[in-house]
Amino acid sequence: MSTQDKVIAIIAEQAVLEPSDVTLDSTLADLGIDSLGVVESIFAIEEEFDISIPFNANEPEKSDFDISNVAAIVAGIDKLVMEKA
Amino acid sequence: MKRVVITGAGTINALGHSVPATLAAMREGRCGIGQLDFRDVERLAIRIGGQVRGFEAEGRFNRQQMSLYDRFTQFTLTAAKEAIEQSGLEFHGELSAKAGVVLGNSGGGMQTLDENYRSVYEDGKNRVHPFVVPKLMNNAAAGHVSMQFNLKGPSFTVSTACASSNHAMAQAFQMVRSGMSPVMITGGSESMLCFGGVKAWEGLRVMSKDACRPFSANRNGMVQGEGAGIFVFEEYDHARARGAEILCEVIGFAMSSDAADIVMPSKQGAARAIAGALQDARIDASEIGYINAHGTGTAANDKTECAAVADVFGPHADSLMISSTKSMHGHLIGGTGAVELLACIMALRDGVIAPTIGYEEPDPECALDVVPNEAREAKVAVALSNAFAFGGLNAVLALRKV
Repeated sequence: MSTQDKVIAIIAEQAVLEPSDVTLDSTLADLGIDSLGVVESIFAIEEEFDISIPFNANEPEKSDFDISNVAAIVAGIDKLVMEKA
Repeated sequence: MKRVVITGAGTINALGHSVPATLAAMREGRCGIGQLDFRDVERLAIRIGGQVRGFEAEGRFNRQQMSLYDRFTQFTLTAAKEAIEQSGLEFHGELSAKAGVVLGNSGGGMQTLDENYRSVYEDGKNRVHPFVVPKLMNNAAAGHVSMQFNLKGPSFTVSTACASSNHAMAQAFQMVRSGMSPVMITGGSESMLCFGGVKAWEGLRVMSKDACRPFSANRNGMVQGEGAGIFVFEEYDHARARGAEILCEVIGFAMSSDAADIVMPSKQGAARAIAGALQDARIDASEIGYINAHGTGTAANDKTECAAVADVFGPHADSLMISSTKSMHGHLIGGTGAVELLACIMALRDGVIAPTIGYEEPDPECALDVVPNEAREAKVAVALSNAFAFGGLNAVLALRKV
């Protein structure tokens, strides 16, 4: 599975949706994921990709990791995976 | 209904090992938060906290006691000794039979849990010390206080996360006010600053890596602390009859539940607790001069708390002072309301308002007088202490100058 497919699977599970309902330009809020859901999704992504995501729920906009939509999350993960390699 | 006064106070926390040392630090706006120092700290993303320094359990407690006292119990007994000595009370006969101890605590013997899990899981040992259970149970501290000071009345531990101490003190207050007991020992303690304790909090991603800056626009989360605050709640006539020094009066409380979200605070839940405390104390909102805020330094708490205060107090919200001393001692979780009550006592008795330190940028969503960075002299007749816990469980106490 590609990064994109894996991320969509994780987010779809969190949102209790089918992966087909999650698109690259979906935001987590659009999908009905609340603040706890965001933290849980990030945890699931960290576990899946074995990376550490810099994210503080108090200042999400200031975090180095962009979670504004699914595409941004995928790009962020690819970057962290590459940096780790 | 009986009047209830505080005739003894004790504490140990990152700001000091006694009430005078802690109040001096609050007056100076000193920060007790620093680099954490314990095993495996390098595996944490969050490495700061309000750790108690220079506290040697050896020498204070004998070997047998040490095998039974987790750090949270050690803190509790140290603070209880200071409080009860100040009150001058000795518990014999009928007083002993009626007096008890109600304490707040959230994590129990977290240090003991951490050490022993490490021992069996990481080190692969198959045997633990026989006293692990009596050492880690949440009510261990209350039990030891009752034994050490001969308190034979109602004793138990209240656990409501960050509001534990306020719920406990409200309970003790009710017992004295109703005439059930002339004296109750109350307050709370916590010691979660160990690898497992901080690691668990890290997961929520609400912790700051650099500082606790309540109400400041650039706040980025909470910082944990540890320690204890213990008080002697005494029936007013009982205290007067023996000529005890009275630190202040406890005049009311309220508890409420948000019934909404397990972690996100609710303005309505907080406002109902604040308004309820005013009503229970039979005072007008305009009489409140100081509020010791819950003020955790998270984005969500501080704006919600300020909105709740604005709702309850209306225009008077702009003339009262509200500060968060968590900026100095950190968030003591189950012990926090107890240590913070000291700031209320200082406001009422000494006329000194503890500051919110680390305040850097005004936040339009927290547009109240948060006593930024420097303590202030002010005459205050009535004060409130707020606590709003995970679980949506809130408890607010009201206190008056005597």
